[in-house]
Amino acid sequence: MTELAATMQGALQGWFGPVWGPHAWTVAKSLAGIVAVLVPLLLTVLYYQLVERWVIGWIQVRKGPNRVGWKGVLQPIADAIKLLMKERIVPAGASKGLFFLAPIVAVAPALAVWAVVPFAPGWVIADVDAGLLVVLAMTSMGVYGIIIAGWASNSKYAFLGAMRSAAQVVAYEIAMGFALVGALMAGQSLNLTEIVMRQDGRYGLLEWFWLPLAPFFVVYFIAGLAETNRHPFDVAEGESELVAGFHVEYSGMTFAVFFLAEYANMILVSTLASLLFLGGWLSPFPAAWGILGAPGIGWLLVKIAFFMFLFLWVRASFPRYRYDQIMRLGWKVFIPVTLVWIAVTGVMMLEPLASLPPFSIWFGK
Amino acid sequence: MNLPLAAFYVAAAVLLLAALRVITSRNPVHAALWLVAAFFSAACLWLLLYAEFLAIVLVLVYVGAVMVLFLFVVMMLDISFDKLREGFWRHLPLAGGIGFLMALEMALVLSSREFGAGAVPSPGAPPAGHSNTKELGRLIYTDYVFPFELAAVVLLVAIVAAIALTLRRRKETRYQDPAEQLAATKAGRLKIVKVAPERPAAPAQDAKP
Repeated sequence: MTELAATMQGALQGWFGPVWGPHAWTVAKSLAGIVAVLVPLLLTVLYYQLVERWVIGWIQVRKGPNRVGWKGVLQPIADAIKLLMKERIVPAGASKGLFFLAPIVAVAPALAVWAVVPFAPGWVIADVDAGLLVVLAMTSMGVYGIIIAGWASNSKYAFLGAMRSAAQVVAYEIAMGFALVGALMAGQSLNLTEIVMRQDGRYGLLEWFWLPLAPFFVVYFIAGLAETNRHPFDVAEGESELVAGFHVEYSGMTFAVFFLAEYANMILVSTLASLLFLGGWLSPFPAAWGILGAPGIGWLLVKIAFFMFLFLWVRASFPRYRYDQIMRLGWKVFIPVTLVWIAVTGVMMLEPLASLPPFSIWFGK
Repeated sequence: MNLPLAAFYVAAAVLLLAALRVITSRNPVHAALWLVAAFFSAACLWLLLYAEFLAIVLVLVYVGAVMVLFLFVVMMLDISFDKLREGFWRHLPLAGGIGFLMALEMALVLSSREFGAGAVPSPGAPPAGHSNTKELGRLIYTDYVFPFELAAVVLLVAIVAAIALTLRRRKETRYQDPAEQLAATKAGRLKIVKVAPERPAAPAQDAKP
């Protein structure tokens, strides 16, 4: 792998000369990294929707899609072809430029944020120091897609959905940010790789931050549900009262792009929860257990899959929250809980306490 | 011409264009979206100055939160565009004068000996392992801890004042108290009453009472 990379670098240097050669190598390396991350991500998004329908069908004791291909495995391909073929309709009186800009604005941050997400030590497109901040900034931009879509559609339903979504996302972003503040305090870094490596140690499972930061862990996941407009907080779509909310006027591929963004964000929340609170690629078993005890991307994928299943489980199990209850939960429950636990984490990290067991497991390093 | 310089010119050009469109677009929603673009380009310029923490926080706070609320309000306003443009020529002399004054002041400050481009040399690339975030945190919580706390108190006062000004309890609104709802028990809500059958059945020989 490194030999191949060196050969490629040499070839590009020779081709573009000494001035542009290094730049060409940077571009080529980044492009290869982007393809290596985005292709599996998009395939996961495609099949996540099928698995979602299977899981919810299974929970609700029905079959789910089982007609296209063997047991329905070609269903997402059929859906994608159908959506590609459909006509894109622009409503009368819509702001046309913004109407087509909205899906792009929704999906761009959802994909761009994967640049700083590590999958194993060194397996990251851009290993920036302030990785966690980049994640927060990028996820906070996703709401523009929804707001612009709701406004540009020139439709009351879409507009109401956008308004709800804007208030909800702003409310939950604060709690989510505080939960991440806890993770960066315990990890003593903003770099995601370093936060994961700080959860390494001989106690395995108990070393991970889910234990000392349990309130942040719970708040982060629930705020992630709200941030991605998923059940039970999906009032921005609310098909029983708003038809489909912000994307009611979208058809064909523009509609599909909104779903692409939503599912990419769900996978992102699952990945971050695994990285920050469940030790990322670290193994829960002792290192003596051979392949089971070795850290690797496999463990990260198992943890991500667990959280992705949790998204579906929650969707199939809980009724939708009422809007004032969502706001109350965000402002009056989560923000105070996270504020108090930030202070508690700070006390746990103070010196006499930090080197005493059990706090020395997490903060004594 | 190297890559950072090219990036600077691109970001600066986008920033100027976006700022111009903020004041020239007729639709306030479009203006707000151009302002978002302007903030984003400004963050790119800060990144080029190695101020990555400030750049990302600019995106996080201004683009991610402030402008969302701004758009939220602007979209809900019922604005008549003709009325907005009324009196443009009447206000032009005063507005132009103020604009000229501001530009003049900025030019004076930036061309002075203390603040001019020559007085502040480029800091250059930071040494390896330098963490912008850590340095800022150290400065804020040690050297500048009192101004920082003062700013925090001022913001707190602003929050309290804003809430106190807008909070009004309407009498007809009915509130739910979740604590009360959760505290409800079967005994408090449900009363089991033994109701006799409407028509007493004829006493059978083997029926138990």
